[in-house]
Amino acid sequence: MTATNEVVRLGSAKGGWFRQFGWRHLVGLLALAFSLFPILFVISASLNPLGTLSSSTLIPPDTGLENFTKLFGTTSFSRWFLNTLLIGVLSAVLSMFISAAAAFAFSRHRFKGRRIGLVSLLLVQMFPQFLAIVALYLIFAEITDLYPAIGLNTAWGLILLYLGGALGVNTWLMKGFFDTIPKDLDESAKVDGATHSQIFFGIILPLVVPILAVTGLLGFINTVNEFLIASVFLTDDSSKTAAVGLYGLISGERNANFGVFSAGAVILAIPTVVLFQFLQRYIVGGLTSGAVKG
Amino acid sequence: MSDTTEISEERASHEPGHRRPRFGLSGGDGTVTTGRLVIRITVLGVAAALALWAAFPLVDQGNWIGLGILVAVTALLFYIYLSPRAIPAKYLIPGTLFLIAFQVVPVIYTVTTAFTNFGDGHRGTKQEAITAIQDASVRQVPGSTVYVLSIATTGDPASGDLVFLLTDPGTDAFFAGTAGGLRELPAGAVQADPAGKIQQAQGYTILTIGQAAARSPEIAAFKVPTQAGALYSQGLSRAFEGAPQQTYEAGCDCIRDAVSGRTWTADESDGSFVDQQGQRLAQGWKVNVGLRNFTDVVTDQEIRSSFLKMLLWNFVFAGGTVLITFALGLVVAITLNRPGMRGQRVYRSLIILPYAMPAVVMLLVWRDMFNTEFGLINRMTGLEVNWFGTPPTAQIAVLLVQLWLGYNYMFLVCTGALQSIPADLTEAASIDGARPLYAFRTVTFPLLLIALAPLLISSFAFNFNNFAGIYLVSGGGPFPPDNPNAGATDILITYTYRLAFGGAGAQYGFAAAVSVFIFVIVATVSIIGFRRTRSLEEIN
Repeated sequence: MTATNEVVRLGSAKGGWFRQFGWRHLVGLLALAFSLFPILFVISASLNPLGTLSSSTLIPPDTGLENFTKLFGTTSFSRWFLNTLLIGVLSAVLSMFISAAAAFAFSRHRFKGRRIGLVSLLLVQMFPQFLAIVALYLIFAEITDLYPAIGLNTAWGLILLYLGGALGVNTWLMKGFFDTIPKDLDESAKVDGATHSQIFFGIILPLVVPILAVTGLLGFINTVNEFLIASVFLTDDSSKTAAVGLYGLISGERNANFGVFSAGAVILAIPTVVLFQFLQRYIVGGLTSGAVKG
Repeated sequence: MSDTTEISEERASHEPGHRRPRFGLSGGDGTVTTGRLVIRITVLGVAAALALWAAFPLVDQGNWIGLGILVAVTALLFYIYLSPRAIPAKYLIPGTLFLIAFQVVPVIYTVTTAFTNFGDGHRGTKQEAITAIQDASVRQVPGSTVYVLSIATTGDPASGDLVFLLTDPGTDAFFAGTAGGLRELPAGAVQADPAGKIQQAQGYTILTIGQAAARSPEIAAFKVPTQAGALYSQGLSRAFEGAPQQTYEAGCDCIRDAVSGRTWTADESDGSFVDQQGQRLAQGWKVNVGLRNFTDVVTDQEIRSSFLKMLLWNFVFAGGTVLITFALGLVVAITLNRPGMRGQRVYRSLIILPYAMPAVVMLLVWRDMFNTEFGLINRMTGLEVNWFGTPPTAQIAVLLVQLWLGYNYMFLVCTGALQSIPADLTEAASIDGARPLYAFRTVTFPLLLIALAPLLISSFAFNFNNFAGIYLVSGGGPFPPDNPNAGATDILITYTYRLAFGGAGAQYGFAAAVSVFIFVIVATVSIIGFRRTRSLEEIN
């Protein structure tokens, strides 16, 4: 009795389509529905000309671009969006670069304090930057007095701050990837007379493009999503990031502004979704080797 | 610099085998190409320019410690990039500087703040507190003159030193009051209108109303010392002679109220002035309170019960999020990971779409979908649940949101891990007669756990401090009527945020202490977890 059951489970023709595949599609469709319905809801809310939360449904009764024109006409969204792109791109690229440089040193050089350096990075990583938000705020209040250009309410201050967290987050991940590149490569280059900077920029960096893409993209998404520090640091309407600005839109007038908010949400999602599709191949590999999205 | 280049090029061409490391702009081996030289000079030049830019405000404010640090850091940078040795340092220094400035220093600052009473009412020194108390209690000296005031300056209207030009309405005498004191002006040097207000005075520029209004905070704080006290402005056209009603007396180390006779004695351990009944003056100063912020959590009845509740919920939230996202992700991954099944790629790329959406705005969308009156969920299901009104529903709601945000990530990594498990293992188990569920439990699942344990730990650590996940969805609420500071879905980080930046007055010291608690908890969990998965031992 059990023997025949086993044969069926191993995939002979006797099982029938539903028992083999049908139920899997059912589970897959349920998962899809769960994943997609909030996204569908935002998109239809953004197209709903009434623009209120109470009138928003999964399928909009009527469609129009009123919310989008209102978003750009009456709020500073275009400014917020540019701020987000500026802060996101610059801090992602710069932090990618400085942590790649650090990972190169840890992976390719042996020096005094290397082990201690690696272990302390692991420890620092456990104390996320935003836990020190009180101290950061007080420090930047001081910096604002001295250098208003990089103080509170500026994109530059926030970028500098995010760079402070770069080493702790990415170095380990990158070092692991650097270690998988055979050392013979750089050793033979060294014999041929290449300097350390030629090895780093000319040999190693081109080989680690996938991991750079992953850390860069996750860094970008994390910055777009960073709310705690940004909401404390950016209070001027013109300096806000999209996340902080959109939050302000519906923190007071929750029902009436929902359509405009949704329009902003849809636009904000475009860069990350596009980048994600573009780099998906790399990301799946990077995630399984230990990257965590915030 | 050009000398160095010539010599090194010469040397390089003559005896390539005998390169000696040298200090300078040329490469570590003594050779350099023009292009790289230009890059180096540019980079170091920018660094020097930035350092110079940063130096001016420090010199302006006489911040010599800051200047010293700036000079030392700049010198270190130049040394590292000009020296042929210390190659690893060239790669480590940029990140390390940022790490020290914006992570290590803030962490140390947080820890030291945790041992103080720093916060609203306890910001400055004792002397500042005394000045603030005296200034706040200024009353007009009984029987004194109220002067007609014109605000003037000896310098630029926008920034010059302030001068109060005053007219005594009784005697029509004119005075100029500066921070140094009061001086009578000869009547010939002054033109006043019929009301006595000075319109022109030799050697002074009278501020227009607009100019004065722009400097009104400065004017309000300005005072002209007199024998009985000082002259203060009242609005922009009157000045009165006032004296503090509450004054500090060094003899008893206390504040005495001249009218009521009450005294408040300084309590150095608490940083405030306290009267006999134990009532404090609102203005205190910053002192070291030792471990009090930490012991309060254990000994203070009110704080302890809400803190323990929050801590417990924090663990349930973080652990629960990991558990449900992992469970659902795994189930979906196993179901869809079947060779020969059609449409796997479509499922995969659509299921992970929420992962690419900006989480912050999607959290807000979820919050509004749970809205009682207008929300999609109540409207679609026909329920009338006040989701964020009661603790259990609010907790279910935030967990459900996390499930949506997180399960696709788990699905992704589980799929990856499943595909890396060799097929022979599961096939061998089924040939041996193991039922699929049994084979899964004994072979596949343990292998998955080994592969994914570090990710699960990181996910726990992340969710333990998932500020946005709580703050943007439930705001920490609902709050019990007797405690507006600690709600039913509050986790420690949202509690910290409210202590520091909430409306009820900043308590930086206590907030910092809670941060230290969070750090200790997360570090302990992570170290135990990583120890067990042995990733710490792989440092080589």
